[in-house]
Amino acid sequence: MLGALALTGCGSLGSRPRVREWNLFGGGDGARLLQIHQQFVAEHKDIDFEAHTLAWGPPFYTKLAMSAAGGRAPEVATLHLSRLKGFSPTTMLDPIPVDLLNEAGVSESDFLPEIWNRCVVDGKLYAVPLDQHPFVLYYNTEICKKAGLLGPDGKIKPVKGVTEFLDMLKAVKETTGKYAASVETTNPWRMWWTLYGQLEGKFFSDDGKQLILDDAKGLEALELMAKLANDGLTPRSSNYPALVAQFTNGDAGLSFNGEWEVTTYQTAKMPFSMAPFPVVYDVPSFAGDSHTFVLPHQAKRNKDDTTATIEYIAWILKHSAEWAAGGHIPAYQPVAKSPEYLKLKPQAEYRSVAPNVLYDPDGWFSGSGAQLENEAGAAFSGVFSGQATPKAALAQFKAATQKLLDTPSPV
Amino acid sequence: MAVQTQPRITTSTPAIAAKPGTGKPWKERWGGLFFVAPFLLLFAVFMIWPVVSGLWNSFFNTSLAGVKHEFLGLQNWREMFGDPAVWSSLKNTLVFTAMSTPPLVIIALVMALLANRKGLLGWLLRFSYFAPFVLPATVVTLIWVWIYQPGFGLVNGLLTAGGFAEIDWLNTENRAMLAVVITTVWWTVGFNFLLYLAALQGIPAQVYEAAAIDGANGRQQLVRITLPLLSRTTGLIVVLQLVASLKIFDQIYLMTDGGPNYATRPIIQYIYENGFTNYRIGYASAVSYMFFAIIVVVAVAQFKLFSGRKETGE
Repeated sequence: MLGALALTGCGSLGSRPRVREWNLFGGGDGARLLQIHQQFVAEHKDIDFEAHTLAWGPPFYTKLAMSAAGGRAPEVATLHLSRLKGFSPTTMLDPIPVDLLNEAGVSESDFLPEIWNRCVVDGKLYAVPLDQHPFVLYYNTEICKKAGLLGPDGKIKPVKGVTEFLDMLKAVKETTGKYAASVETTNPWRMWWTLYGQLEGKFFSDDGKQLILDDAKGLEALELMAKLANDGLTPRSSNYPALVAQFTNGDAGLSFNGEWEVTTYQTAKMPFSMAPFPVVYDVPSFAGDSHTFVLPHQAKRNKDDTTATIEYIAWILKHSAEWAAGGHIPAYQPVAKSPEYLKLKPQAEYRSVAPNVLYDPDGWFSGSGAQLENEAGAAFSGVFSGQATPKAALAQFKAATQKLLDTPSPV
Repeated sequence: MAVQTQPRITTSTPAIAAKPGTGKPWKERWGGLFFVAPFLLLFAVFMIWPVVSGLWNSFFNTSLAGVKHEFLGLQNWREMFGDPAVWSSLKNTLVFTAMSTPPLVIIALVMALLANRKGLLGWLLRFSYFAPFVLPATVVTLIWVWIYQPGFGLVNGLLTAGGFAEIDWLNTENRAMLAVVITTVWWTVGFNFLLYLAALQGIPAQVYEAAAIDGANGRQQLVRITLPLLSRTTGLIVVLQLVASLKIFDQIYLMTDGGPNYATRPIIQYIYENGFTNYRIGYASAVSYMFFAIIVVVAVAQFKLFSGRKETGE
C-alpha cells in the first residue's frame, strides 16, 4: 500500500516537466532564494517546480551523495565549486548538456575563465556557477572615520603590506577601545588560506597526491594571526555568532569574513561598508568559493525534465542580481556588469576580487564544510587562543592533512 | 520495579502450565506470533538487519556514495587500532561518562529526597527539577552556549562580578568538557530524579513509623531504611545512566563540535564524521562495532552486579 503510494508519487504522471531543486541555503540567502523561486514559479506555470532547503554542510552533502548514488536524485542541486572534484562528478553527477544551456541563452563566454574552467572535469561541464563568495573586509564607517581611515569619498583607504595592515588595525583598536577586527577564531581557515595564498603558497602537488605545503609561508601567516591575537587586535576566542555580534555592537570596527553577512548588518541598520580584504602580502588572493548548479546523477533522466531544469538554471543566472543583493558576486557576467548590480552598495564594492578568488585545495576531503577545513580549525584556533604555537599548529595541520591524503578515497 | 514484576509472573504461570495440556495447540503456540509480527517485522528491518549489515560492511571499503564496495578483510579493523583519533575520542567519551554519571545519580537522589513531600513546595520542586528534561537538545545547547559566552554570558558575568577572571568555557581545552557535563546534568538529571522519586514513594510509610517508634532519628532512617530500599533503583539508574552517557553526541556536537582541537569529540562523533562527512561507511562500521562491544561489556558487567545484589536481597 505504502509502496503503491510512493510509486504514484514518483512517476511523472502529469504532463508538465518536473524540476526538483535541493539547496543548502538556510539563512538570509535562503529567504532571498525563496523570493526568486516564487517569481520563477509565477513566470513558469508550465513547469512543476519544487525546492527543498537542507541543512548546510555535511548533512546536505551526505543526502545529495546518497541520492545520487542511488540514481534517484533531484533534477538539480546546489554544490560548492570547491567540492566538485571531490564529489566524484563522473559517477555522482550527470554532465550539463551544453547545447541546451546555449539554447537557453547562456554560454561559456558569459563567465570568467578562472571559474568556468573549474567546472569542467575530464572535458565535460559538470557545474554552472551562480556566484563567487570571497573573504572580504567589512568596516564600520563611523569608527573608521574617527580613526582617520576613510578617504575623501567616504570609502576605506586601501592598505598594502603587513605594516600598513597592522597600522590600520591599531588605529581601529584605539578608536573602539576593544578590538580592531572580529574574526572567527574557532575556525580561522579562510583567514589562513587567504594569507597563505597571498604569499603564493602551494598546497598539493599537481597530481593531488602529495602535500607540498611551504612551511616558511604557512608559519608566516600563522605568526601574523598569533600577533593579531597577542596584541589584542582580534579576540582570542570567538565563534561565528560572536564574530557577527562583535561587529554589530561596535566592539570591533572591522570584520574579516565572507561577504554573506551583508543582509544581517543592513537589517541591524548599522553604518558599515565593505571592501576587498587587504593585500597583506605579495599578491591579491582571497579565500572563497562559488555556489554552482549541478545535475546529480539520475538513473533515468527524463529529457523534458532536463530541458526545464536547464531553463531554470539559465533563468536564475539571468536574475542573479537579486541573489547578489545577499552579498555574492554574480558569476554570470551580463549580470555582473549590469547597472542593476553595480548600483548595489556595498555589494558591488568588492567585485574586483572575482578573478583572484582562491578555492580550497582539490581533494575528496576538501571544500566548504569538509574535513580539511575542520582539521584547520582544530589546529589553528589554538594560535588565536594562545594554546598552541604557530609551529605546533602547523605541524598538527600537516599531519592531519597527510592522514587524509593517505586514506583511500571513498568516492 | 520488582513489586510490579511479581504479579505478572503469577498471572502468566497458568498459561504456561496449560500449554502442554489440551486444546487449541496451534492457537496457543502460534497465535501470539501474529500479535508480535508487525513489531517483529519492523524490528528485523530497522534493527537486526542494520546490525548485521554493519558488521558485514566493516570488512569492506563501503562508501556512503555507493560507488565502492570491495572486500578488505580486516584492513578497517587494523586501521582502527592504529588510528590515534579513535582512541582519543574514545577517551573523551569515557571521561565524559566518568564525569557525568556520579553527579547525575547523586544530585538526582538529593533532589528526590528534597521533593518527596506533599503540598505546593513539593509540586514546585518536582516541576522545576523535571522541567529542563522536556527541552530538546537544540534548545538546551543554544541556551547554554550563550550562558558560557565570554564577554556577555551569564556565568562569566557572575565570575567577573565576584572578582574572578573570565573563563572561555567552550574554547579552552581543559574546561570545555566540564562545561558540557554541567549542561548535561542540568538537562537530564530530571529523568533520574523521577525514577528516584517513584521509588521513594513506593517505600511504605509503616517502615518509617516503626523506626520512629524505635527511636531512629532522621539520619538513621535515611541511611538504614531509605538508601537500602533504594539500592535496586540506584542500580537501575546507574546502568541506564552509564549507557546514556556513553552515547554522548548531541550536546557536544551542538556546543563545541568536538572542539577545541578535538578535546571534547566523542567516539560517536568520530564515527559520524567518518561515515557521513567522509562517506567511509565501512570504516565507521568497524569503529562502531568496537564501541558496541564496549557498551555490551559495561552493560553486562552492570547487569551481573545488579542481579547479584538482587539475589542476596531476596
